[in-house]
Amino acid sequence: VSGGSFDPMAPLTPSGNLRRRHLFSRVAEYGATMAAVLAVAVLAIVIYTVVVRGASALDLDFLIKGAPAGIGPELVGTAVIVGIATVIAMPIGVLVALFLTEFAGNRATHLIRLTLDLMNGLPSIIIGLFVFGLLVNHQKQSGLAASVALAIIMMPLIARGAQEVLLLVPTALREASDALGVSRWRAVLGIVLPSALGGILTSTVLSVARAAGETAPLIFATSVFDPSRYSLNPFEALPNVPVRVFQLSEEANPEGFAEAWGLSFVLVSLILFASLGARALLARSRRKMAS
Amino acid sequence: MSTTASPSALDVSRAARPRSTRRRKQADRFGDALLYGLCLLAALLSVAVIVLIGYQVVHGAVPAISKYGLGFLVDTTWQPNFGEFGAGSLIFGTAISSFVALCLGAPIAIAIGLYLSLLAPSGVRGVVAPLVEMLAAIPSVILGFWGVLVLAPFVQGTLEPWLHDTLGFIPVFAAPQTTGSSVFTASLILTIMVVPIIASISRDLFLAVPRDVQDAASALGATRWEVVRGVVLPSTASGVVAASLLGLGRALGEAIAVAQVIGAGSEIQASLFKTGDTLAARIANQFPGALTEMHKASLFYLGVILLVIGVASNLIAQWIGRRFSYQGATAR
Repeated sequence: VSGGSFDPMAPLTPSGNLRRRHLFSRVAEYGATMAAVLAVAVLAIVIYTVVVRGASALDLDFLIKGAPAGIGPELVGTAVIVGIATVIAMPIGVLVALFLTEFAGNRATHLIRLTLDLMNGLPSIIIGLFVFGLLVNHQKQSGLAASVALAIIMMPLIARGAQEVLLLVPTALREASDALGVSRWRAVLGIVLPSALGGILTSTVLSVARAAGETAPLIFATSVFDPSRYSLNPFEALPNVPVRVFQLSEEANPEGFAEAWGLSFVLVSLILFASLGARALLARSRRKMAS
Repeated sequence: MSTTASPSALDVSRAARPRSTRRRKQADRFGDALLYGLCLLAALLSVAVIVLIGYQVVHGAVPAISKYGLGFLVDTTWQPNFGEFGAGSLIFGTAISSFVALCLGAPIAIAIGLYLSLLAPSGVRGVVAPLVEMLAAIPSVILGFWGVLVLAPFVQGTLEPWLHDTLGFIPVFAAPQTTGSSVFTASLILTIMVVPIIASISRDLFLAVPRDVQDAASALGATRWEVVRGVVLPSTASGVVAASLLGLGRALGEAIAVAQVIGAGSEIQASLFKTGDTLAARIANQFPGALTEMHKASLFYLGVILLVIGVASNLIAQWIGRRFSYQGATAR
């Protein structure tokens, strides 16, 4: 194509401008790889520190006993708060997802999705202010208020995840049930929901993993507690892991730091195992439904 | 299901139904209505919650709004003991820390997205992608605690002196302070939070770029970088911008980790190595100890500002993602 000076014996290695372009491309590739390595390295450093400093504090007494010696009440309190939040958020999230996939017209879909996106992007401290104004102000702090705040954080995540799997339910199944004259609600309860159940459960677990570490709303809802006493009563302020870590990190007290590392270790390992497990399940159920 | 749906069977069932299964039909009608009603109720509830959130936050701020008005936004004094409040320095601190976090985080995150979508072998991708997302799963309070005890001493002892020695002629990199708590440390923590968000969205965007267009560019002699530069990035630019805005929204609204490492300073300073404070961090730090009603109302006013900024960045991100989307490859 280019002029007449074509030399068939020339070696097939780039030279001049092409070599520069290849070099630049190679450098860019290394840069991108380095960025990924950096991110993984940061994760490794954070987890390594938490594990090394947390594991030394950990033994059975530490997990069971109350405040100066252990973190039992905080673990129980967090479990209660997150449990109630899940009970609130999961049905609402699934119903919203059903509304989106089964009933809503275009305009309603648009509105609800916008709402979910906004709710998902809301800074969690705003949700804390909201819960304070609604449930705590002029009353008192309670685990229930914290659960409501966490439910607001979890609901859009569950709804989004549930909607995704509901859309994956094969149309043929719905058409088959329509053709057999099955009514809408029987079809939804008997066919659509069961085949989406795995995906709904995994997205719920993912949202639990997200909510368990939320701190900002809990500062408003349940921050004045006695960390040495077990409590299961959601109508009073419950000891909980995130707020305790926050409080301990604000005090310059080495023993407190040791306790906070222990708390961090337990919380991080629970969250990471839950989210990794849920992710693996999600990938599996997606593959199963797609095939 | 092996039903023999002959026309006669259908006719029979259709004819038989009204007489023999009227009760069942009533139950079906009731069930359908109930299911629809519940779903509609849940949907309306979620809309109502968003509206209520806006109402409650503004309602709590009313005393401060009526006392200070819009001057609150530029007033830089914050002295709870004297009952004087202004958000100027906090808005400045929020903008600076988030801006630095985005400048550091967005290029890294986009590079990670490119690596995961175009470069990494599939085995490595399956490991690295979940690891990057795990970075987002670490609770902010733990990241902040790690920031206080591990990152801050390193930043104060190593990173800041080095930056000051090499780039100290720029006032942004003034002499470091004795504690590691600084706007810069907070920006680094925010960077760690922003990267996984932008990286996973941009990876999905890059994966959606049609393979044949990239192959065509390669066939024309483009190097790998030139394919990225000429095909992948231009066709996904709007989505990447939207992803960055979502990351920015996250950085602007982060309260706990920033409150732990930024040092709660109250002045506007050019240097990144001084203490500062952000809107969200100020609320988290002072709300539990707020005694006067005006103090609380002013903190709610900070929340209103945060709410407006947060909703705006979210809406703009969605608008950009939809407006300039490339063949359905929109940011979520």
